[in-house]
Amino acid sequence: MEYKNIWVLVEKQNEGIHPVVFELLSKGRSLKEALGERLIAVFFGKLKDRDKAELERYGAEEILAIHIDEGMDENHELLAELACMAVEEERPQIILAGATINGRTLMPLIAVQLKTGLTADCTELRIDKDREILLQTRPAFGGNIMATIECADSKPQMATVRPHVFKMKKTRDPVKAKVKSKRYSPVMRRTVRVLETIAQEEKMDITRTDIIVSGGRGLGKADGFELIGELSRKLGGMVGASRGAVDLGWISHAHQVGQTGRTVSPKLYVACGISGAVQHLAGMKGSETIIAINEDPDATIFEAADYGIVGDLYDIIPRILKEMESSGRA
Amino acid sequence: MNILVCLKQVPDTQKVKIDPERNTLIRKGVPSITNPLDESALELALEVRSITGGKITVLTMGIPDSEEILRDGLSLGADGAYLLTHRDFAGADTLATSYTLSMAIKELGGFDLLLFGKQAIDGDTAQVGPEVAGHLGIPVVTFVTNVQKTAKDIIVVERMIENGKEIVEAEYPVLLTVVKAAQRLRIPTLEGMIKSFDIPVHRLGVQDIGADSSRCGLKGSPTRVKKIFSPKMNSKVKFIEGSIDEKAKKFISIVRGI
Repeated sequence: MEYKNIWVLVEKQNEGIHPVVFELLSKGRSLKEALGERLIAVFFGKLKDRDKAELERYGAEEILAIHIDEGMDENHELLAELACMAVEEERPQIILAGATINGRTLMPLIAVQLKTGLTADCTELRIDKDREILLQTRPAFGGNIMATIECADSKPQMATVRPHVFKMKKTRDPVKAKVKSKRYSPVMRRTVRVLETIAQEEKMDITRTDIIVSGGRGLGKADGFELIGELSRKLGGMVGASRGAVDLGWISHAHQVGQTGRTVSPKLYVACGISGAVQHLAGMKGSETIIAINEDPDATIFEAADYGIVGDLYDIIPRILKEMESSGRA
Repeated sequence: MNILVCLKQVPDTQKVKIDPERNTLIRKGVPSITNPLDESALELALEVRSITGGKITVLTMGIPDSEEILRDGLSLGADGAYLLTHRDFAGADTLATSYTLSMAIKELGGFDLLLFGKQAIDGDTAQVGPEVAGHLGIPVVTFVTNVQKTAKDIIVVERMIENGKEIVEAEYPVLLTVVKAAQRLRIPTLEGMIKSFDIPVHRLGVQDIGADSSRCGLKGSPTRVKKIFSPKMNSKVKFIEGSIDEKAKKFISIVRGI
């Protein structure tokens, strides 16, 4: 049987579906059009009407609902086993999943069992129409280079994509998705047990804000983040940081933007005292508007910025705060 | 406790530069280092061993020069070191790399705890750890931040999840991928360094680990890099000129326009 169709693995979040799934379906629509194939959402567990409707809104034409015993849907070994059994039967051409912690654990387990390639953290996916191959572009060497990777002779072609990389767009012509229910009996392998799940006390998630004000080593001292914090509060945003500042212990890792931190794409990103190491740029260049404040006019950060202010941030930021106060609102 | 730590030698990506003419990486003069997340894995191994006793073996795949990072591991107290080096191993993607490592791990045998850095800073895939677990058919716990408890039969670790953390219990053998720890890798002692001089680094080739060479290196890699290019930079930055007052005012007007 020929390998056909595009799968998007559905990851759950709280009671609903993780937004990255809708982003992947949105992108998946253009891929499946280029291939003339179908877009299929792969759902583990009990499919609720609400989930089905949401998947349809983003273009799923079919839903593969794979039975899994209650409470087992975070067991990566079992999920991988089930996914592989479904692949054997359905033969998808492409499998996509979010490059979340779950996706980055599950997808390698599936790829190994299927003996196929997997490309992590793609920032662009395209179809080579002549060869009907998925072209997968991703950053490497800390964002210093971009590489386009293909997996031409082995199927399925598998890729993960970070949240916020693709735009979420509802389809104009949703269809009633056909639900195919599957039940497999995999051999239960030894797995680990989750003893406790602790929700993060700190509700700070810099990937979920429209405005980020970030500080780097150029702040010169840990106290500099008080000023950064004040500006971000005034703007209604959150505080970000470069790896340099985090490594110096000025602020916690949860704030770190970049290769070993978070990838963000807010509407506004203000970089203060950040020189613009590629690792940092890799994590923020998807922002809609970037304003950089730096003393050094040759700093790399200006190459990524839309607007640049050359000067001492300790002069400029207090003046901005004062100005905002006197003019009433941000 | 028999502990394995897999290490990778990587170029220091903080110091990598691009040749703007040819669009290639300038590797010359860029120092090679042990992947920082693998150092976190090694530090975790040293901590576990200090509680449970046992042995630590360090393993890497790479060019003969990678022996250096194994030597560093030995000077920190690892008990044995193996270097997978052979021309058939070259050009491997994550599937071929994880196959080769898993064959070596099977050959060496008997590990209870297998530790990997979550990802390497050159490739950034975070796939090799889970893929090795897949080849070996043992459970994997990814994104581990610390070890909470070790007993004869079980280990309890803390790992990151999307919105918090999870406490996970596993029986041996288990593979853990480790995120950057708060605790930096210790510095070797003089005594440790001297002791390590007598420990050999064993070299392993395809035959030594009973591997199928068609599944190693470039031949065993389903993925191919088709093109490499520089990330696009927005070179159209508009500099805001004027006095500090004017700059502040302009900043506010830009922000309000968004």
